[in-house]
Amino acid sequence: MFKVKVYVTLRESVLDPQGAAVTHSLQSLSYHEVTDVRIGKYMELTIEKSDRDVEEVVKEVCDRLLANPVIEDYRYEIEEAVAQ
Amino acid sequence: MKFAVIVFPGSNCDVDMYHAIKDELGEEVEYVWHDTENLDQYDGILLPGGFSYGDYLRTGAIARFSKVMQEVVKAAKAGKPVLGVCNGFQILLESGLLPGAMRRNESLKFICRPTQLKVVNNETMFSSAYGDGERIQIPIAHGEGNYYCDEETLERLKANNQIVFTYENNPNGSLENIAGVVNEQGNVLGMMPHPERAVDELLGGADGLKLFQSIVKQWREANVVKA
Repeated sequence: MFKVKVYVTLRESVLDPQGAAVTHSLQSLSYHEVTDVRIGKYMELTIEKSDRDVEEVVKEVCDRLLANPVIEDYRYEIEEAVAQ
Repeated sequence: MKFAVIVFPGSNCDVDMYHAIKDELGEEVEYVWHDTENLDQYDGILLPGGFSYGDYLRTGAIARFSKVMQEVVKAAKAGKPVLGVCNGFQILLESGLLPGAMRRNESLKFICRPTQLKVVNNETMFSSAYGDGERIQIPIAHGEGNYYCDEETLERLKANNQIVFTYENNPNGSLENIAGVVNEQGNVLGMMPHPERAVDELLGGADGLKLFQSIVKQWREANVVKA
């Protein structure tokens, strides 16, 4: 079994209105060193071992559903969970 | 002409769409549930607004994989008119029937009010009843209507005259004031404003009616032999 962490964020070229609002809010709290915030999504997937390569499955589900490639990028971390 | 109004869990403009077709346009219309596997009997497909599947993950992202969408794609490929309004537009974007994606409104607020639109292309099957450059008033109601596509796609949209409606006063940050686009073949239209909410003066305006009349006119000319 695999535990997979998927991070989906808006592409650099796409303006993130939520991130911009949070950046502005942090600066109004005097955190002037914070110059940018990008807001994204974090997902945890549990994937059973199968005859398919787990990374191939993860990429496929990200491309097909979890992220929209028109505006979003994703990255992931795959951990093999040891059965208890 | 017989229309299908596709109903997803969370659709909420389906009744308005049905009313517009049946009572104002005077054409046949049926509600079609999202697990329907055959749309052959319908001449036009309408994807109404709402919050299909609670807008989970992304607007339209889950609805795009419902059974009926394979049939919608089939209908689109066959050249039938497919209209997606608001969440319907978002579903068409997610399904790849139309290019681009929606971001949250620039203001981060849900905006619900009448907007002035310009008919940029009145040579589509959805806009032929309007004048060239006609200004019309159609209401919007959305939190994610901030249209985006990359530059290459935008150039293609312009070169093929695929931008049908633009906002006169951009309410949401949408790229190039885009309010509605068609596919290259011209038979799939997605738009954020709600024409089905502007079909009777009693509702504050009837500028949306011409859109539906355009569809019917085109269909009659193509399918009904003159007596």
